[in-house]
Amino acid sequence: MARIRRPIPGVDKSLLIKDAAKLLPDPARRAFLRGGAGLGALTFLTGCDIVDGVSAEKVLRKISHFNDGAQAWLFNPNKLAQTYPESAITRQFPFNAYYPESDAPEVDAATFQLEVGGLIGNKEPWTLERLYALPQETQVTKLICVEGWSAIGKWTGVRLSEFLRRLGADTTAKYVWFQCAEGYSVTIDMPTALHPQTQLSFKFGDEILPRKYGFPIKCRMPTKLGFKNPKYVIGMHVTNKDLGGYWEDQGYNWFSGL
Amino acid sequence: MHFGKLARMVSSDTATAPAPAAIVHPRWVRITHWINAAATIVMIGSGWEIYNASPLFGFTFPKSITLGGWLAGALLWHFAAMWVLAVNGLIYVVLGFVTGRFRRRLWPIRPSEVLADTRAALTFSLAHDNLSIYNSVQRLLYAAVIVAGVVIVLSGLAMWKPVQLQELAALFGGYDAARYVHFFAMAAIVGFLAIHIVLAIAVPRSLRAIITGR
Repeated sequence: MARIRRPIPGVDKSLLIKDAAKLLPDPARRAFLRGGAGLGALTFLTGCDIVDGVSAEKVLRKISHFNDGAQAWLFNPNKLAQTYPESAITRQFPFNAYYPESDAPEVDAATFQLEVGGLIGNKEPWTLERLYALPQETQVTKLICVEGWSAIGKWTGVRLSEFLRRLGADTTAKYVWFQCAEGYSVTIDMPTALHPQTQLSFKFGDEILPRKYGFPIKCRMPTKLGFKNPKYVIGMHVTNKDLGGYWEDQGYNWFSGL
Repeated sequence: MHFGKLARMVSSDTATAPAPAAIVHPRWVRITHWINAAATIVMIGSGWEIYNASPLFGFTFPKSITLGGWLAGALLWHFAAMWVLAVNGLIYVVLGFVTGRFRRRLWPIRPSEVLADTRAALTFSLAHDNLSIYNSVQRLLYAAVIVAGVVIVLSGLAMWKPVQLQELAALFGGYDAARYVHFFAMAAIVGFLAIHIVLAIAVPRSLRAIITGR
């Protein structure tokens, strides 16, 4: 799990501590196979004992890892997600996180700097002013949540591939890791990072990305499930090591491609 | 699977040589049936837990009958069992056509006969003398559940990969519509299972046949 060890400009420290406490996995959630009678019925029907949760989880995680490979193989870097007319945009686009909206991090625009690191040429942090000066494009795409629901939104920002190029990033590296203001983190594969619709978004709708939707930066990728699209991005690393992520570490599939 | 072994398993369905007792279900049918049964239970139980994360209708499935404990656990089960279900299902459907079993057992399905057999079934006057000959209601239900199986796999693929397989997703009317198709295919299969299991218990010889073959 990613921990923030030094103060980051623009981040409310007390909020950070509050959120860090939430990073501790909920024991009920971790109890993978406590399916109660559902599991009992299955055990009864099959006559086998599958209550050994630890080994069952191990096998399931191995298959999930196999599924990462299958999805990477299926991923076509040139295949674009469907785009929609503005009339299709979901009104009341949902706020979704593991904390209530009132706990969403508040990042100070004046002092914020995007930290960049890892296998890149120029590690100088980026102010919002410099980020906003980058060439931008707009997409109206569908966000699909791992829970099943979907919503169409409009995001504007710089292509991540273009930003990586300007950083002098080694795009033969395997991963890009995102660090977020509340302690959230996510690691994505390089082919997805270089996909033409993968975007560092600065705007939602026609406004500067509001706090609700991830100010100052969201990384929008319509080729992955919603939880792989980090909000409140404050740091980015190009790396050959899978640094995991908030939900992935708890058992959600790592690749989670669409 | 070794080809020779597969050929032997397949040929037992078409063999004309007299056996001690007639084979009702050749080995490949029995093996794929029970693998499918296990995979289906896991897919339905985990699928219900996944449904609960964002219900399509005004109800959720009781936690006591779902599998996985929480969304991530259910997804792990679902995306593991899907390989078993899909590969086993593909083998079954291919062999069903190749060996001629589908044609012999499930064809023809005539509406008038289905009506007559349904009436007979409801009055408990339907004969089960020869388990190898399916009545019209059986033919219709077995054919329908195979179709539901194909639909549930394809709509599931469309939901899993609505970008990479967007042409397939479009066939179902897009990602969101595919969720409904997937749900109703599940409902059809669960409905089939209810009848299937009750009848298997009512005619225990049929249960023996799907285990021992005779």
